[in-house]
Amino acid sequence: MTNRQMMPLQDKIIRNSNFTEVALGFDLKQVHLEASRCLDCKDPRCVKACPVKINIPKFIKEILEEKYEVAYQTIYEDNILPSVCGRVCPQENQCEGDCILGIKFESVSIGALERFLGDYSLKHQIFKQENIIDNGHKVAVIGSGPAGLSFAASIRRLGYKTDIYEALHDYGGVLRYGIPEFRLPKAVVGQEIQRLESLGIQFNKNTIIGKTLTVEQLMKEYDYKALFIASGAGLPRSLNIQGENLNGVYYANEFLTRVNLMKAYQFPKHPTPVKVGDTVCVVGGGNVAMDAARVAKRLGSKNVFILYRRDMNALPARKEEVEHAVEEGIEFNLLLNPVEIIGKDYEVQAVKAEIMELGELDQSGRHRPMPTGQFKTIKIDSCIIAIGQSPNPILKNTTKDLKTDKKDRIMVKGYQTSIPGVFAGGDIVTGAATVIEAMGAGKCAAEEIDKYIKDTFS
Amino acid sequence: MYKIRKKIALNKDVDLMVIEAPLVSKNTKPGHFVIVRTNKDSERIPLTIVEKDDETITIIYQKLGYSTIELSHKKENESLEDVVGPLGKAKVLGDESRILGIAGGVGAAPLYPQLKAYADKGTHVDLIIGGRTKEHLILMDKYEKICENIYIATDNGSAGTKGFVTDVMKEVYKTNNYDLAIAIGPLIMMKNAYLVNKDYNLETEVSLNPIMIDGTGMCGNCRVSINGKNQFACVDGPDFPAEGIDFDELMHRQSYYKDKEHECRINLGDENDQ
Ligand SMILES: Cc1cc2nc3c(=O)[nH]c(=O)nc-3n(C[C@H](O)[C@H](O)[C@H](O)COP(=O)(O)OP(=O)(O)OC[C@H]3O[C@@H](n4cnc5c(N)ncnc54)[C@H](O)[C@@H]3O)c2cc1C
Ligand SMILES: Cc1cc2nc3c(=O)[nH]c(=O)nc-3n(C[C@H](O)[C@H](O)[C@H](O)COP(=O)(O)OP(=O)(O)OC[C@H]3O[C@@H](n4cnc5c(N)ncnc54)[C@H](O)[C@@H]3O)c2cc1C
Ligand code: SF4
Ligand code: SF4
Ligand code: FES
Repeated sequence: MTNRQMMPLQDKIIRNSNFTEVALGFDLKQVHLEASRCLDCKDPRCVKACPVKINIPKFIKEILEEKYEVAYQTIYEDNILPSVCGRVCPQENQCEGDCILGIKFESVSIGALERFLGDYSLKHQIFKQENIIDNGHKVAVIGSGPAGLSFAASIRRLGYKTDIYEALHDYGGVLRYGIPEFRLPKAVVGQEIQRLESLGIQFNKNTIIGKTLTVEQLMKEYDYKALFIASGAGLPRSLNIQGENLNGVYYANEFLTRVNLMKAYQFPKHPTPVKVGDTVCVVGGGNVAMDAARVAKRLGSKNVFILYRRDMNALPARKEEVEHAVEEGIEFNLLLNPVEIIGKDYEVQAVKAEIMELGELDQSGRHRPMPTGQFKTIKIDSCIIAIGQSPNPILKNTTKDLKTDKKDRIMVKGYQTSIPGVFAGGDIVTGAATVIEAMGAGKCAAEEIDKYIKDTFS
Repeated sequence: MYKIRKKIALNKDVDLMVIEAPLVSKNTKPGHFVIVRTNKDSERIPLTIVEKDDETITIIYQKLGYSTIELSHKKENESLEDVVGPLGKAKVLGDESRILGIAGGVGAAPLYPQLKAYADKGTHVDLIIGGRTKEHLILMDKYEKICENIYIATDNGSAGTKGFVTDVMKEVYKTNNYDLAIAIGPLIMMKNAYLVNKDYNLETEVSLNPIMIDGTGMCGNCRVSINGKNQFACVDGPDFPAEGIDFDELMHRQSYYKDKEHECRINLGDENDQ
């Protein structure tokens, strides 16, 4: 059996001072070698493990037949953002994690093949001419992240006039403001979104639902038959320790928004600044923490380290991200739990952390970190807190009767919220999850809304 | 696009713009603000909505640093790239019968809609307004229509008392009393106004202006410590009771990017010279 193909990467010494993409994608030869590894299973486990059930063996076969355009269309039926998902899906937990080859050997590199097809279609401007017949009903989408975009594409294809409302000045949600350029080029995001515009979806920026227009106004004054809330989990979680408001302490959302949405890495051409200093501590172990650490490195920090209360095996980040971070010289200070950020004259100077040890297995199947009563203080110039996001409460606070749970997540039954005609999906319902899970929710919610509108209005 | 219907220089440092933004104006109430981006690559800057009608909102800004100077380069009939709002919590009007407004510099702009709302419901409103010189006192004609008494302080004595608003406050309190003071201006002024009022047992409300990015509670840049708890000024404020606000921390947070701003200004200067 051929070995799993390795994705060529930008050199680690060069890449850690630029923002261009790290993973360069397969060349055609690699694509074919990799595709030829797939066993074309009768009962493909990979498909079941993909949240949107892409017909993986089918598109791989089409690749082998050199029918790239057809292969791309196969993916596009279930996933409107293949160039994005090919890059950012945690494949090791999803499609590739269940690939039969992975049991005894190495799984097929499904994400890389998907990325190839997505990029192929963008490069050759392949575009499926879709004949959409308007059905006379209007729906509105709140938020233009993966959930909102995926919903919009699905519902538009069913003939609904579809309007997206986005709070920020650009579209894509976390794809735009969270995930950095070197992992997901914004030109790719932009091009994939442009495609949706050509389906006839209308995009409205600078419109915060709950502020600019309320849910009630959308339903009553704008004649939308249904709404889909996809406002994501955008509220930074705090450590609740002393020193969090010192200068030089950022929440990852602020740090990444400055860099990605506002392009602070091109300061002063783009006038939004960002400061990191020589030694940067990033608290957390997920994708957000890896992104923040790698961004800090690229902004010129000499020492960047992850401070995480568990061990290396328990890091929730995508495997590839951790590997790349290690290669780029990010250090991992593990089994440390921050207890205080120390400063002088309102500027951060050090972080104090309790040394932890591994205890029993907990609910998540990982060893529970146990306090030891011993502490360590590390000198730093800035600190980035990346310990998770909660749902943004704007809609909850401005929409009467919209039921949420204790964690501020919108409560749904089959995507239907407590308000008739108002549906929700993505991170706002599940809490911070993944791009493709959010897209899956958007796709399924479109079917539910279609059913609801047909039952209610005809 | 958001067209500039009207632009007026109120003095050499401060401009007023009337901007076409019907969707923003639709739900705007006193106390709300917008975030503006002048051009495609610009910073996002928060500015208070001073007045509105069905189609437009009015903003007043001081040319302070890169982004407000960039904004001031726009001419009538040109357009702004982005205007998003209304942001923040609308002012909740209490049932006080006598209100004192305290304005410092361009703080007179965000203060105006709040005092006007009180005056409109019949509350007695007085104003103490401070500025560097007589020319720096803005919106005087509008304030004259809603205030019973106006007291002035200027740094150089070119109008009213020579000195700070806090000096005038102490004078005024000899013969007047109020149920509530609303102070808006530079942080140091709001802090000092609060400290004076504390001695007189007069409650003070202020409007905070930390650095902001999104204005929707997403980034956390705008956090302020109030009674030891974090509040996000963009969604929980920007108006707060002054009691318990850590003004010193906020002043330091506000000046975090001062060195960078300087770098950026040089850049703007270069562009202008070409
Ligand atoms: C830094 C970072 C890195 C990540 N890396 C990965 C990764 O590698 N792989 C992966 O699978 N997942 C990753 N994730 C998680 C993934 O991005 C999210 O799960 C996904 O984006 C959720 O999609 P969504 O559409 O529900 O919400 P979002 O992407 O958050 O989009 C919500 C949108 O709604 C807008 N909005 C919010 N409120 C309103 C309102 N009231 N009115 C109008 N608009 C509103 C927001 O501005 C935003 O644009 C990462 C997340 C972060 C933060
Ligand atoms: C809710 C709110 C409402 C506001 N309303 C008004 C208004 O109606 N009119 C008006 O002129 N200004 C208002 N401001 C302040 C205005 O946003 C800042 O003056 C502007 O962002 C400065 O940007 P700059 O690039 O021109 O200056 P910079 O060069 O960025 O800053 C110049 C100096 O201003 C301070 N500064 C930086 N950012 C801010 C900020 N967001 N707020 C206050 N000071 C800052 C810094 O200490 C810096 O030294 C408001 C701010 C907030 C948060
Ligand atoms: S969408 Fe994600 S999980 Fe599904 S096949 Fe593609 S890479 Fe795998
Ligand atoms: S499980 Fe693996 S080998 Fe089987 S069809 Fe899917 S990708 Fe191919
Ligand atoms: S400005 Fe980002 S949270 Fe307030």
